[in-house]
Amino acid sequence: MFLLLPFDSLIVNLLGISLTVLFTLLLVFIIVPAIFGVSFGIRKLYMKTLLKIFAWATLRMERGAKEKNHQLYKPYTNGIIAKDPTSLEEEIKEIRRSGSSKALDNSAEFELSDIFYFCRKGMETIMDDEVTKRFSAEELESWNLLSRTNYNFQYISLRLTVLWGLGVLIRYCFLLPLRIALAFTGISLLVVGTTVVGYLPNGRFKEFLSKHVHLMCYRICVRALTAIITYHDRKNRPRNGGICVANHTSPIDVIILASDGYYAMVGQVHGGLMGVIQRAMVKACPHIWFERSEVKDRHLVAKRLTEHVQDKSKLPILIFPEGTCINNTSVMMFKKGSFEIGATVYPVAIKYDPQFGDAFWNSSKYGMVTYLLRMMTSWAIVCSVWYLPPMTRETDEDAVQFANRVKSAIARQGGLVDLLWDGGLKREKVKDTFKEEQQKLYSKMIAGNHEDRSRS
Amino acid sequence: MGSCSSQATTIPDVDTIRQEIGFSQASLVRLYRRFRDLDRNKKGYLCRRDLRQIGALAVNPLGDRIIESFFADGSYSVDFSGFVRVLAHFRPVDDEEIQDPKAPEPLNSRMNKLPFPFQLYDLDRDGKISRHEMLQVLQVMVGVQVTEEQLESITDGTVQEADEDGDGAVSFLEFVKSLEKMDIEQKMSIRILK
Repeated sequence: MFLLLPFDSLIVNLLGISLTVLFTLLLVFIIVPAIFGVSFGIRKLYMKTLLKIFAWATLRMERGAKEKNHQLYKPYTNGIIAKDPTSLEEEIKEIRRSGSSKALDNSAEFELSDIFYFCRKGMETIMDDEVTKRFSAEELESWNLLSRTNYNFQYISLRLTVLWGLGVLIRYCFLLPLRIALAFTGISLLVVGTTVVGYLPNGRFKEFLSKHVHLMCYRICVRALTAIITYHDRKNRPRNGGICVANHTSPIDVIILASDGYYAMVGQVHGGLMGVIQRAMVKACPHIWFERSEVKDRHLVAKRLTEHVQDKSKLPILIFPEGTCINNTSVMMFKKGSFEIGATVYPVAIKYDPQFGDAFWNSSKYGMVTYLLRMMTSWAIVCSVWYLPPMTRETDEDAVQFANRVKSAIARQGGLVDLLWDGGLKREKVKDTFKEEQQKLYSKMIAGNHEDRSRS
Repeated sequence: MGSCSSQATTIPDVDTIRQEIGFSQASLVRLYRRFRDLDRNKKGYLCRRDLRQIGALAVNPLGDRIIESFFADGSYSVDFSGFVRVLAHFRPVDDEEIQDPKAPEPLNSRMNKLPFPFQLYDLDRDGKISRHEMLQVLQVMVGVQVTEEQLESITDGTVQEADEDGDGAVSFLEFVKSLEKMDIEQKMSIRILK
């Protein structure tokens, strides 16, 4: 035992030194390019290799399933039931026609069978509705070697299990510590950097430094998540005095957009680490942080945003009008607040590729820390960002119509489903006023005919 | 880091359900995922509140009554087998299915599909749709858009037409008779994609 001691310590020393050297080299290779905004293309190569491995893994699983004569569970993006896109009126008329023994009597007021329409529509929504599925993570078509996305456990062969085990090792023992180290570096640099810049006198130099400190730290954070981002149409990037709106999938959206542009953030003042970061950031440049009590006062919020926007020297504001995180398969109702201010709106569409790591934050399932850990143990976060041409409110449209127009443009560009439903449905019930729409439609069928009769 | 596997082996009572209800394995897996998505607090069963949170159902004028049909005899919860049992009524009729003459009538037969809409009318479950119940359903379906008098006259007309034994109410058999020409199988079927 005593003989082993010096040997032991030698090995430990060697291990320690080599790890330190490795880490330092990696940090240098990653942080230095981040400062200058340069990329070596390592991440793209990583992505291509991973895709090949995933395709192989799915093939093996299909083979395993065929051997057992089963079918692999394949998720459906278009919903699980067959739906007819006919309107209320058409369908009720058809129901009446199919059951009526009289001659085609178009002025039937009410038939017992009318209820079939509502009955079936109700059942259809219980089996599959557009909104509920947007609040859980998107299902993948092929497996990406993460146990969290596997729906077909029993078809994994030995080789696949070994590969998966290797994947776990790489992700948890190599990537995770590296990413945590990077994130730590990025955040501390942000806090320290912005505080230091805050001491400088106001002027062009301060602004220049502030911009670059912000950009540098966000770029380090981007690498901390191994985020591979493709920016499209960068000529449409938001300018001073405008509002940048984007669809919301996770808190990472902020890092992704802010690493390519210099924005003024809007948000609630938080406590803890977030609060420290917020206070430091606002020293270097004017972000808009609201106290919790002020958030409820819509007029106050609108006033501060308007003031900021009217000052052309101030940065474009970054806002997520959905108000909550959606799972990146659809865009939900945009709250009209940001569209009432009268500034130019720069829409941005963000679409994640869930193959490498699902960025959606299901806040009812995971807290912030768990979520970040999941992000840092995924393969990578891959996304595309499209900067759409700026839009302004037309004279004949109100804030809600403008918001919907912007939302449709974003949905179309990102290939997302455009929904009119409110993201707040995650937590609350729908308002009763929407029921009136259906009632009005049906009443026209019943009462409309009655009026005709009494007139003639 | 949990797995979200939803294979048939994790569905409770899957074999009994398959035998009684007739959904395919793949459909059951999908419906189970749906059940779990609706069960927000992961209780293992659904309560009325879970179903009320479906936006598209809340705007359906008959939404509340449809929700009631899942909760037999005033119970507060419905488990997966109860959930699937109600949905089984809407399974499309498959002409290729071999009917075992000794087995009980399948849940999605014509006669078994009809009690469902009947129940939406017949709130007190006494087997008859009274004039009052008909009026109530109409009121729910049209809200405030149609006047009371119009609704009353429509109700009277409908009850008179369907009522054969003159008791002023529409019994289940009278209901069935008035719909005998209707293609119930097609109108009350929801097809699950393979």
